[in-house]
Amino acid sequence: MLPAPFDYHAPETTEETLALLDQLGDEGKVLAGGQSLIPMLKLRFASPGHLIDINRVQGLDFLDERDATLRIGPLFRHKAAERSSLLASRYPVMAEAARQVADPIIRNRGTIGGSLAHADPAGDWGSVMLAMDAEFVLRSKGGSRNVKARDFFSGPFGTTLQPNELLAEIHIPATRGRSGGAYMKLERKVGDFATVGVAVHLQMDDGKVRSAGIGLTAVGPQNIKAEKAEAALRGQALDDATIKEAAALAAAAADPTSDQRGSVEYKRNVVRVFTERGLKRARDRAREGARG
Amino acid sequence: MAIETPLKGFIGESIKRKEDDRFIRGKGNYVDDIVLPGMLHMAILRSPFAHARIHSIDTTAAQALPGVVAVVTGKLLEQHKLAWMPTLSGDTQAVLATDKVRFQGQEVACVIATDPYVARDALPLIDVGYEVLPAVVDPSKALEPGAPVIRDEKEGQTSNHIYHWEAGNKGKTDDAFAKADRVVSLETFYPRCHPSPVETCGIVADVNPATGHATLYMTSQAPHAHRTLFAIVAGLPEQNIRIVSPDIGGGFGNKVPIYPGYVVATAASLLIGKPVKWVEDRSENLISTGFARDFHMKGEMAMRNDGRILGIRVKLLSDNGAFYADAQPTKFRAGLFHIVTGSYDIPAAHVVADGAYTNKAPGGVAYRCSFRVTEASYLIERLVETAAIELDQDPAELRVKNFIQPDQFPYKSATGFEYDSGQYEKALRLALDKVGYDELRKEQAEKRKKGELMGIGIASFTEVVGAGPGKHYDIAGLRMFDSAELRVHPTGKAILKLGVKSQGQGHETTFAQIVTEELGIPAADVEVQEGDTDNTPYGLGTYASRSTPVGGAATAMVSRKLRDKAKKIAAHLLEASEADIDFDHGKFFVRGSPSKSKTIQDVAFAAYTNLPDGMEAGLEGVTYYDPPNMTFPFGTYLVVVDIDRGTGQVKVRRMVAVDDCGVRINPMIVEGQIHGGLAEGFGIAFMELITFDEEGNCLGSNFTDYLLPTSWETPKFETYETVTPSPHHPIGAKGVGESATVGSPAAFVNAVIDAVGHLGIKNIDMPVTSDKVWTALKEAGAAE
Ligand SMILES: Cc1cc2nc3c(=O)[nH]c(=O)nc-3n(C[C@H](O)[C@H](O)[C@H](O)COP(=O)(O)OP(=O)(O)OC[C@H]3O[C@@H](n4cnc5c(N)ncnc54)[C@H](O)[C@@H]3O)c2cc1C
Repeated sequence: MLPAPFDYHAPETTEETLALLDQLGDEGKVLAGGQSLIPMLKLRFASPGHLIDINRVQGLDFLDERDATLRIGPLFRHKAAERSSLLASRYPVMAEAARQVADPIIRNRGTIGGSLAHADPAGDWGSVMLAMDAEFVLRSKGGSRNVKARDFFSGPFGTTLQPNELLAEIHIPATRGRSGGAYMKLERKVGDFATVGVAVHLQMDDGKVRSAGIGLTAVGPQNIKAEKAEAALRGQALDDATIKEAAALAAAAADPTSDQRGSVEYKRNVVRVFTERGLKRARDRAREGARG
Repeated sequence: MAIETPLKGFIGESIKRKEDDRFIRGKGNYVDDIVLPGMLHMAILRSPFAHARIHSIDTTAAQALPGVVAVVTGKLLEQHKLAWMPTLSGDTQAVLATDKVRFQGQEVACVIATDPYVARDALPLIDVGYEVLPAVVDPSKALEPGAPVIRDEKEGQTSNHIYHWEAGNKGKTDDAFAKADRVVSLETFYPRCHPSPVETCGIVADVNPATGHATLYMTSQAPHAHRTLFAIVAGLPEQNIRIVSPDIGGGFGNKVPIYPGYVVATAASLLIGKPVKWVEDRSENLISTGFARDFHMKGEMAMRNDGRILGIRVKLLSDNGAFYADAQPTKFRAGLFHIVTGSYDIPAAHVVADGAYTNKAPGGVAYRCSFRVTEASYLIERLVETAAIELDQDPAELRVKNFIQPDQFPYKSATGFEYDSGQYEKALRLALDKVGYDELRKEQAEKRKKGELMGIGIASFTEVVGAGPGKHYDIAGLRMFDSAELRVHPTGKAILKLGVKSQGQGHETTFAQIVTEELGIPAADVEVQEGDTDNTPYGLGTYASRSTPVGGAATAMVSRKLRDKAKKIAAHLLEASEADIDFDHGKFFVRGSPSKSKTIQDVAFAAYTNLPDGMEAGLEGVTYYDPPNMTFPFGTYLVVVDIDRGTGQVKVRRMVAVDDCGVRINPMIVEGQIHGGLAEGFGIAFMELITFDEEGNCLGSNFTDYLLPTSWETPKFETYETVTPSPHHPIGAKGVGESATVGSPAAFVNAVIDAVGHLGIKNIDMPVTSDKVWTALKEAGAAE
């Protein structure tokens, strides 16, 4: 597996990175963890003329919670998410997704930012971001704009990210009150992309749902936000009947295709089963968990 | 001074593997590690289509790329009569396509360049004019009249039919069915899977332009046989060919055939006068090199209502791809499938097999299997499970009722094998006991009441390995003996050279231990050499679990030859008569006075310094061993699964494996072989699959589609043993490298069927994926 020739750049600041992106346009590709880009190069599915390696830019691997916002830098790796006690205690959907992404070797290098920019409809992080109502800060040499996760994805491997833009920061509204989450993933083996994944993120007030987020992985041309299911939960107590109804709505929102991983009917059913199980798990976690 | 180790390495001692010292430190020497001065690199252009006529190949642009030295096409090879080569099954295979491409991934042209990247960059610059033809992907349809003829270049070939083969006795079998109370049947497909060794195939071909000597560093499981075939194919004098098979990173049958890449690299080195390296990438390995199975099976058993099996009838259709390239003994067109009577005393059997060409990669290698024994074992064990469900009998007791009894050995099977030894019930009972069978059945009944799905699967397999007696077994005419040459040096250290070739099985340790057992030389003092044809005696190589049954036997025999001579020397040294000399664990002593003794090291020194009059000097010998029979390892595997009704996921809760491979030389190595085989069996049962779409596009061309199990999902194995020595093997050993891959898939699938059989689900073909399980449950009205 030998890639086609390319030039390699290793900027040391964000400004330098943005200048290179501006200058190289379509021909330049950001190299973050390399766990999607390098396979694409080796399979010669992509052959950009230039790689812009951001790994030497200091300070891009942050995770912090301040001003009611959880902020994540573009070099925050899957492994760091897996190990973070902040995520484990307050954002279980992220902690649970992190340990199910790919395999341990890939998690050592791959980044959440890279996953989102790559926008594989079978990628796990997109659904998590949709469930958590995240917003992305896209910077270019000229400026900066914020895009909601739900407006970011546009079909398989497609986003609104422009060739001259860097996904510079991920913003997630910090959880308040009792919250709980779960990431349910069906994979054929460790290291496999999801056959079906369901991200659930709940915030509760007095036993009722204040907000519910549900994201679906690998069951459509892009990660899907199950908005009708979310709406059906809002303001409700989470009894089994409500959960069942939301699960059915999530299944209806899925738009899978048949392939070696399973039929349309099968995948849709797993969405239903996982939404149900995920909501129950998130509900239990919200009950047990500390108030934020 | 030698360092004293607590264990010398006698049989039964789990000494550490001698070869691991270099492997675990990354100091192995594989084909891709070999770098020769001036070495060029080769890349292969492959067909994007399953079936297409080639109208033109324009190499101008590729040739113009700086760094490209040559572009080789079939036309060029034709001039040297190398465009086609023979296969191991007596068919022909295109080296580089000239007329048509016949499978996706077929070799079309090769670029030779100064750098591997440049060679790869040049491939898309080759312009091939294809006319796409209808692809034939279903072997049944391939045999229908009017199907496009894939091998139209073969004279007299007017259909896609390859062979028809039968074993057993039709008349007797028909009689058995006429007498039966009922017939139990099962139609199942053993899908195409792939050995996928960690190291892919490759070669460094170095033809010396001055002398014409060809040194071929090759990923070869059978270097001697390959040398002879190279001599025949390329017309090179055999003494000028040296094949060196260095360290090999797994073979599993994948490195038995000769591949076009080897031939083109050798031809290119010959024509250019420089060494040429070719190492395929993972996708090339998966799409073009020897696959396994792809076997459609219809089995029927004639049964009495009390559970006795009276006869078995099997109809097979093998999908051999575009070239019939099964690696198997010449006389057996469907390999050793006729071992299908398994562990059971079945009086009548009849097997009918046909093979079909399709537009798929050729191969049919035995992926960790002795020539289609895996398919046979799978079918009989699945049939017995089916019978247990249909007769509502316990599958363990049904097996016991039909086992060949210990006093029936040597047992002549209905298809003509003579089983050497076995104690099938003992192995089964041990497995049942270890797993806590009765308790599990109770738990299952409880769970069933609650609607929960749990299953217990059994497979009591018997293999036939160690090919084989020369009068029945040959590959491309070469009889399947094997050899060992032993040289004991004056200081008592030894070199053992073998015709077999390890790919990770631990030969450097196991065979040294046989010498330790027979001569008393510590295993640490025995250097084992394999793989270099200039430097080892002729042999047929390592596959089909034959190394210990044949090469191991040769090692014991040559050691005994040397021991006989050593005894004479010892008698001379001890001034006693040879008849009064006893030997024990490396010491020769005079019977009755054990204090008067000489060590094997003393004797070795004397063999060069102080010989009896008239004796030739030295302590060296060579043996070519033609085994009197095959060996028949057996065992029982037991699997417990839980099934999620919402997702169809199968969770393997327990896996108990009882293996009987006769005498265990190094129990740790045996254990390692079983663990690896069980992991592969698990993979085959649940995830490994190469399949094709209607146009013949391969849907398993990388490891995100062709799934191999990792340590994460592989269940924990609980392994046990019984020991029933082979009566005809010099040290009572049987082969063990493949038992677990052969026996375990049926145990896994039987466990799933045991969990859902009561719902009317009779069969789920491998790989048993969660979507297939859920769909079956849904159809049975039992899905969540
Ligand atoms: C075998 C295997 C299994 C996998 N399994 C899973 C799985 O189960 N679930 C899952 O979600 N993922 C999986 N992945 C993908 C993995 O998570 C990748 O790490 C991830 O998709 C990409 O992150 P990266 O940092 O490696 O990005 P890279 O590979 O470096 O980049 C990916 C793409 O994003 C662009 N990019 C990266 N960072 C930025 C940025 N800050 N701004 C703008 N563009 C950027 C790059 O230019 C490139 O186009 C798997 C990958 C492999 C190889």
